[in-house]
Amino acid sequence: MQTALRTSLPETELAGRANFAPQARIAREERPVQTSGLPLSIRGLRKSFGDNEVLRGIDLHIPAGQFVAIVGKSGCGKSTLLRLIAGLETIDAGSISFGQDVQPEDIRVMFQEPRLLPWARVLDNVEVGLGRDHASSDAHARAEKALTEVGLADKRDQWPSVLSGGQKQRVALARALVSRPRVLALDEPLGALDALTRISMQRLLERVWRDQGFTAILVTHDVSEAVALADRVLVIEEGRIAHDVTVNAARPRERGSAELAGLEGSILSHLLSADDRT
Amino acid sequence: MSLIDSVSLPRSFRLPRVDGLIQWIVPLAIIAIWQVASVTGFVPTRVLPAPSDVVLAGWKLLLSGELVRNIWVSFLRASIGFLIGGGIGFAFGLANGLSQLSAKLTDSTLQMVRNVPHLALIPLVILWFGIDESAKLFLVALGVFFPIYLNTLHGIRTVDPQLIEMGRIYGMSDGELFRRVIFPGALPSIFVGIRFALGIMWLTLIVAETIAASSGLGYMAMQAREFMLIDVVVLSILIYALLGKLADSASRVLERLTLSWHPAFQKR
Repeated sequence: MQTALRTSLPETELAGRANFAPQARIAREERPVQTSGLPLSIRGLRKSFGDNEVLRGIDLHIPAGQFVAIVGKSGCGKSTLLRLIAGLETIDAGSISFGQDVQPEDIRVMFQEPRLLPWARVLDNVEVGLGRDHASSDAHARAEKALTEVGLADKRDQWPSVLSGGQKQRVALARALVSRPRVLALDEPLGALDALTRISMQRLLERVWRDQGFTAILVTHDVSEAVALADRVLVIEEGRIAHDVTVNAARPRERGSAELAGLEGSILSHLLSADDRT
Repeated sequence: MSLIDSVSLPRSFRLPRVDGLIQWIVPLAIIAIWQVASVTGFVPTRVLPAPSDVVLAGWKLLLSGELVRNIWVSFLRASIGFLIGGGIGFAFGLANGLSQLSAKLTDSTLQMVRNVPHLALIPLVILWFGIDESAKLFLVALGVFFPIYLNTLHGIRTVDPQLIEMGRIYGMSDGELFRRVIFPGALPSIFVGIRFALGIMWLTLIVAETIAASSGLGYMAMQAREFMLIDVVVLSILIYALLGKLADSASRVLERLTLSWHPAFQKR
């Protein structure tokens, strides 16, 4: 059922990678060794809400530090899968394992809405992300570091209400990252942003992922975002993984390149052909 | 362009100091007209004494210490009743907002009691407590209870569930979740309740003191009526107005301090 489609690495791409960004290639190949991320194994995962079976048996292995994008039509179960991974819903059947015991701080979620506390200043909002450590003596320093990483160090004493949508989402990212999570689950985090802000947020996401090496799982309806960011794109149809597409393009990726556009087209055609069948 | 300039010009002339004074123009004007009407005999002084007479009466009562004592008694009754009723209302609001069981158990009963005008209980309260302090405190507490209960409950129920989910994800304990998410989220609504309650507090106290008391502002007014001291009657009414305004201002200051995060309270 899965692994239906796998793109091979074109000759030209290999050459381009070697010339264009050798350091990126090294970083990419060393990542599995240095990664702080956790691997993820999902077996026979099922979930129903009432009579509606949303996930009908998901089997999936995600290596540590991989960036996986999950795409699919609305209601296909992609958000439910993410919420199960993040532990926000209970599992009906099957299992999700991270290969070891995980602390709550190891897995963080980012939503489409920033979900900042309006009555807490930006820095305090980031400190929320430290979980049980938020009262520790280095909480301020860690939160400031996370804010600096997302480029908002100068907004530390502002109220969230004065920030723009993109800035709020960056604060939410800082909050998710401040505990140095090993898995970051992203539920359409850029869905509510305008096109330009979205592109700069994508770059930021890719940068922090490369810096920190967590395992990233991104649910999105934007196929071009998926191929721009992910190592691997999963297409979910009717509660099952219908396609598992590997994206081998070198990083940093050039948006709108022929290779990415081709991949995007093939994934889109899968999504649309499923649409025609129903 | 010139039109826009001329329209926006007065704004730049307006000093912040003047802004605060604008609200006093109407009351001062009323007093001035009133004084003129009394002095010229347009309004007979046995209907309404001149403001100057009211001030004089106030000065006399102030010297005798009667005024301060009565204001103090009324103030104590108001604040103790407010604290008791508000405290219980807040506690019920919290309990019913946070616990389904508690809400099922008590909410419909409270809603039923709410529809009884609390002042209708005065005859019963006098039978129970006589005319001593507890009667007044009971009535004030009962009157204050409902606005605070209802608004606390509403505030807690309308806290953004996404924020609560966020708090849980980030490992907040129940206590922390309440302190950092639920309570601050409910606070604007709680303040609405407090301001309603302050109005009801004065209303209840006036009525209770007028009907059954041996001290306090309402009693002072009723005594004055017995002796046809109309200036003292008017004085007590004015003092009620001032105290009410004072309580409202105090709650506004508190609101401004605790809700400084709210866009509505941010300095522009």
